[in-house]
Amino acid sequence: MQKKMAYSFPDEVLEHVFSFIQSDKDRNAVSLVCKSWYEIERWCRRKVFIGNCYAVSPRMVIRRFPEVRSIELKGKPHFADFNLVPDGWGGYVLPWIAEMAGAYPWLEEIRLKRMVVTDESLELIAKSFKNFKVLVLFSCEGFSTDGLAAIAASCKNLRELDLRESEVDDLSGHWLAHFPETYTSLVSLNISCLGSDEVSFSALERLVGRCPNLRSLRLNRAVTLDKIASILRRAPLLVDFGTGNYAAELQPDVFSNLAGAFSSCKELKSLSGFWDVVPAYLPALYSICPRLTSLNLSYATIQSPDLIKLVSYCPRLQRLLVLDYIEDSGLEELASSCKDLQELRVFPSDPFGAEPNVSLTEQGLVAVSLGCPKLQSVLYFCRRMSNAALVTIAQNCPNLTRFRLCIIEPKTPDYLTLEPLDVGFGAIVEHCKDLRRLSLSGLLTDHVFEYIGTYGKKLEMLSVAFAGDSDLGLHHVLSGCESLRKLEIRDCPFGDKALLANAAKLETMRSLWMSSCAVSFGACKLLGQKMPKLNVEVIDETEPPDSRPESCPVDKLYIYRSVAGPRFDMPPFVWTMDEAVKILH
Amino acid sequence: MAFEKDLNLDATELRLGLPGTSDESAKNQTLATLRSNNKRALPEESMSSNATASKNCDQETAPLPKAQVVGWPPIRSYRKNNLQPKKSEGEISGIYVKVSMDGAPYLRKIDLKVFKGYPELLKALEDMFKFKAGEYSEREGYNGSEFVPTYEDKDGDWMLVGDVPWEMFTNSCKKLRIMKGSEARGLGCVD
Repeated sequence: MQKKMAYSFPDEVLEHVFSFIQSDKDRNAVSLVCKSWYEIERWCRRKVFIGNCYAVSPRMVIRRFPEVRSIELKGKPHFADFNLVPDGWGGYVLPWIAEMAGAYPWLEEIRLKRMVVTDESLELIAKSFKNFKVLVLFSCEGFSTDGLAAIAASCKNLRELDLRESEVDDLSGHWLAHFPETYTSLVSLNISCLGSDEVSFSALERLVGRCPNLRSLRLNRAVTLDKIASILRRAPLLVDFGTGNYAAELQPDVFSNLAGAFSSCKELKSLSGFWDVVPAYLPALYSICPRLTSLNLSYATIQSPDLIKLVSYCPRLQRLLVLDYIEDSGLEELASSCKDLQELRVFPSDPFGAEPNVSLTEQGLVAVSLGCPKLQSVLYFCRRMSNAALVTIAQNCPNLTRFRLCIIEPKTPDYLTLEPLDVGFGAIVEHCKDLRRLSLSGLLTDHVFEYIGTYGKKLEMLSVAFAGDSDLGLHHVLSGCESLRKLEIRDCPFGDKALLANAAKLETMRSLWMSSCAVSFGACKLLGQKMPKLNVEVIDETEPPDSRPESCPVDKLYIYRSVAGPRFDMPPFVWTMDEAVKILH
Repeated sequence: MAFEKDLNLDATELRLGLPGTSDESAKNQTLATLRSNNKRALPEESMSSNATASKNCDQETAPLPKAQVVGWPPIRSYRKNNLQPKKSEGEISGIYVKVSMDGAPYLRKIDLKVFKGYPELLKALEDMFKFKAGEYSEREGYNGSEFVPTYEDKDGDWMLVGDVPWEMFTNSCKKLRIMKGSEARGLGCVD
């Protein structure tokens, strides 16, 4: 038989076809088909996502993908959000910016999460990328408003500046004035994290007024309620708006001005902000409530009756973030009014109080599960739970993809039966076949991990605290959860056996975090020596791990796969177990 | 769901070594020793009984009181902070004033309360803006310097930094401006 040519498409055609393939997974699959597809694909990949900045080096990325326009990087482990990762751990973006400045002069988008970003990095971005359009700094730190001033002054084509939840050294509200008068391309601005008492409001007003494409604007707490109207009137096409503090003495003209300004924003679908809410001003929102799909009231310290009223006017709500002031009664109202609800997050108003300060229990969540068939994503802080409630929730909401439950007191049992909550969480993983993310709490034995290992086949991220009895628990998860990418564990009696027996599994995951568990220093060393493609890092702020016997447990352990080898920017309290680098750093 | 009540470890054959390896040192550590050595007492337990892990470890971590478990409940610090009502200016200890310098594109802010007197303040300003103020004298001000520190007081007048006693200065200073020496002539001169 005659062998045909492998294909008859010229490269340009293939490249054109590939340009319709956006997802990373698909792109990766394409690159594995054959050598020439690998080559063509790598030259036309425009977007790169790096879930762990230490998994690969900037040079490697640049070498493989020379024409990147958009990059997303994540740095610190998730538990850094809760102060479990000491300051100075790492996650510096500067080396990336420095390499990309030379290699990607046409870079347009940088999205960072949990990384350390300095003013120097921001200044380098400002001067290196002539067509820079999007900067998202999600939970980042290390920079000041000086760095922002550099971005504002130089990035003529900037469309998006989003500082969500970042820690910014706020030196001067004046940075906003660095956007030149000729700059008009802003589409999205999120400065809600800024603490400054003086965001230069006049500069903000002028900026908003001259940017006709502005669709998303989130102000910071310092901006007062009386200023909202003038901002909104300058941006009537806003789709997403975050207020500053929502408090003022009730004055009829201020109120009617505000209400009028809101109602003139016909496209507004999403609201947030709402610090220091004065309930009398909530009715100013009523005209836009019917259109709202997303509402973040998680800073609004208002009581249940006001919350109930507001929520009852929002039948199209898909996403609600709220404090537990909403109480069970408010959640029941939510369940009857908001049939399109997909995501609910309930935060605690008094997380460290010994006694409940509000009447929010498992009943509220059960009510929502019953009333809102489209519910997919839950984050719920409460003080009591029962297996029966969890089973009901699981049966009502088989489409859950994210379920994070935090029962505030560790190891709290089922309040009705005093049993562990194994069966309840078991029902969640069994019924919710598409569950991708799960956070556990309450009293839990190894049994819950058996259920998770058996049923959690699509589970990608699991967070565990104060749970389990033995290594078997960890073993069930590592051996059963086929899709597991991120596992984070604190204060559980999991030790060496399960970890070493499942060492190969760790290479299929992005990362594993274990703190206050029972993994010995010896096991860490063994793992580091045997698994060259894993970076095994021990964190100990008190003293070097090798100053104690090898059988002693390590304080914190972070293991992640990497093709870049051990990192060289480790602070003194982080030790790599890599054999090639002696157990020093 | 039927799961066996007792989880027979032998049946699952968990070994210390990695699959396929026969690591002598790993085999030497038995299950039992490892469990008893490494079972670390959780914060609540450690209050009632001593941690068994302390047997082999020189250092015993102090048992944490229940209320102070780090990072629990898992709430981000900005959320915890945001539950507090916004402090009014008066409650924040610290006298923050803006500092500008002629020719510099960015304003800065400093807390006057941090400094004990003029020498410290001037040093800080010099470091911040990279200039030298020179020697201050009551009669001639900052004679011969390229840049001169001035401030706007409560009455809206521009004064030379250093003319009044420190406490009076911190109470009346509204903002600072580092002026070019040539422009500063005439300040602080009482005719």
